[in-house]
Amino acid sequence: MRGELTLSDISKRFGDAVAVSHFSEHFEAGQYICLLGPSGCGKSTTLRMIAGHESVSHGDITLEGKSITRLRPAQRGTAMMFQSYALFPHLNVLENVAFSLKMKGVDATTRERRARELLELVHMDEFTSRLPDQLSGGQQQRVALARSLITEPSVLLLDEPLSALDPFLRIRMRAELSRLQRELGITFIHVTHSQDEAMALSDRIVLMNNAVIEQAGTPMEVFNKPKTEFVARFMGGHNVIKAEGQAFAIRTDRTRVDRVKPGIQGLVSNVEFLGRSVDISLDCSGTELVASMSDEMFYGNTLSEGETVNVHWLPSDLQPLVPAAHEETPSAGSKQ
Amino acid sequence: MVSISEHILLKSDGWRATFTSWLQLSPIISILGFFLVLPIVAIVAVSFWASTEYSYHPAFIFENYGYLLSSKVTYSVYLKTFMFTGITWFFTLIIGFTVAYFLAFHVRTLPMQIALFLVCTIPFWTSNIIRMISWIPFLGRNGIANDTLISLGWIDQPLEWLLFSDFAVILAFVHLFTLFMIVPIFNTMMRIDHSLIEAARDAGASGLQILTNVIIPLSKPGIMIGSIFVVTLVMGDFITVRFMSGGQSASVGRIISNEIGLLQYPAASASAVVLLLTVLIMISVMMRFVDIRKEL
Repeated sequence: MRGELTLSDISKRFGDAVAVSHFSEHFEAGQYICLLGPSGCGKSTTLRMIAGHESVSHGDITLEGKSITRLRPAQRGTAMMFQSYALFPHLNVLENVAFSLKMKGVDATTRERRARELLELVHMDEFTSRLPDQLSGGQQQRVALARSLITEPSVLLLDEPLSALDPFLRIRMRAELSRLQRELGITFIHVTHSQDEAMALSDRIVLMNNAVIEQAGTPMEVFNKPKTEFVARFMGGHNVIKAEGQAFAIRTDRTRVDRVKPGIQGLVSNVEFLGRSVDISLDCSGTELVASMSDEMFYGNTLSEGETVNVHWLPSDLQPLVPAAHEETPSAGSKQ
Repeated sequence: MVSISEHILLKSDGWRATFTSWLQLSPIISILGFFLVLPIVAIVAVSFWASTEYSYHPAFIFENYGYLLSSKVTYSVYLKTFMFTGITWFFTLIIGFTVAYFLAFHVRTLPMQIALFLVCTIPFWTSNIIRMISWIPFLGRNGIANDTLISLGWIDQPLEWLLFSDFAVILAFVHLFTLFMIVPIFNTMMRIDHSLIEAARDAGASGLQILTNVIIPLSKPGIMIGSIFVVTLVMGDFITVRFMSGGQSASVGRIISNEIGLLQYPAASASAVVLLLTVLIMISVMMRFVDIRKEL
């Protein structure tokens, strides 16, 4: 199928440092995939290996059934959108978008027509003669998108595409990326360190840490059934508790506090009002827990700092955790 | 009443601000005025003076210019100087661009880039006269170059044109001035975002296409600054031409230096003014092609 991508046991070493270790994933065609993880976890390196901008130390990448591991970037059927957009500062919007067609030797009228079509797709057709300097961050990103899509790739690779935008624009462009992916029906692979972005966008999240995949699955699976402590903590909204040598994760909104019902004793150390919810930090004999409740519930029974309450939960909400997937030498590369 | 007093207040404030600005500018104005404007004004003034074989005195005549612009020698010397400039510019550009490209894009680590860059500057640790003279034992009739070529059996007779010729002049120019090309081009190239090159490769550009579509256009300001250096240096040179041509070639600079030697200051001043205008016109034409402001 168009845009079906398989990474088999991919590794990348920079000298002694391991950037990516034994990465195996199969990406279905036409999915929105997010590679998620903290900086230096190897997600960008993985993306760059798929793009062909970084050689693969070990393993194989196949796109639509054929190996692309040794192909040049432009031969792979992938296109990359760079973190800083990498628009050519000396070319105007139209020339930037038409660049790859010019390199292929397509005649001027055809490439101009195609470039205009793509600029329409990203609503930038009014800015054809502007230089990149004269555009806002969001506009530059649209141009960069149009430029990468003009090669008709079956996989679009996006390296932290939203990190340079302000929060408002980030949410708008997020929706736009999602719309574009559905319209085009091609595979998007999006690198990000923001779990919000990954949850909002992806059909599938691949969460990486220390050069390995920590957990992969749908956003719901990753959020509701975190496998390791790292996943639970990185995705947020979870408490990690340890009992009898076994670690469990429990969602903060399933962690309840009560003055009457029996439970573990906890001291309210902080109350944070977050608008739709209230987060209550609790100190339960050394273990930090957070209970998240709706504002209505909170105001129905206000708690204040320094108060002692009982913390309880349903046993069925406990999610057992396994120790970190594969403990390996952490990557020395701390590339953003 | 209030509005009037406000008005006065504003005005006095504005005057004070202007005065402060001028005060802040005064050091640079006095330096430029004393070392740049004043000498040029003096040269322009003297260029209108009258002179005989043994004296000169203040006047306002156009004889110096008239003689200069009607002499065939002037035109042939200018032509020769343009030729030196053109050929030197061409070779320094090719070599300078290549070296800068190698340093900026093929040398991976910054310490290595700095080290190699310093190696480029080694010739500048000695005076340019010494650097020129050191060519003489190499290029001479019985110099190293001729000896080697003869012993290799490539030539039977020593090559006469190696030294004291236009070839030698241009060789020395290229040797002396290539660094002035390397530095500004290297500087612009270092500012080229490497992700632009990856983006070009991602778009299917070959190595040559990346060079012509991305690197050369983005290096233009550096190329232009280097070109201005080389053009002004060669146009104004007199010592290299004298040494390396063995006195057989002329250049505008040599004419001026000869006139000064003969104490013909008004004539030398007129030549200097014409040369200055020529170089200014050349530079303004060059600036038409490339906007270097963002480099400065």
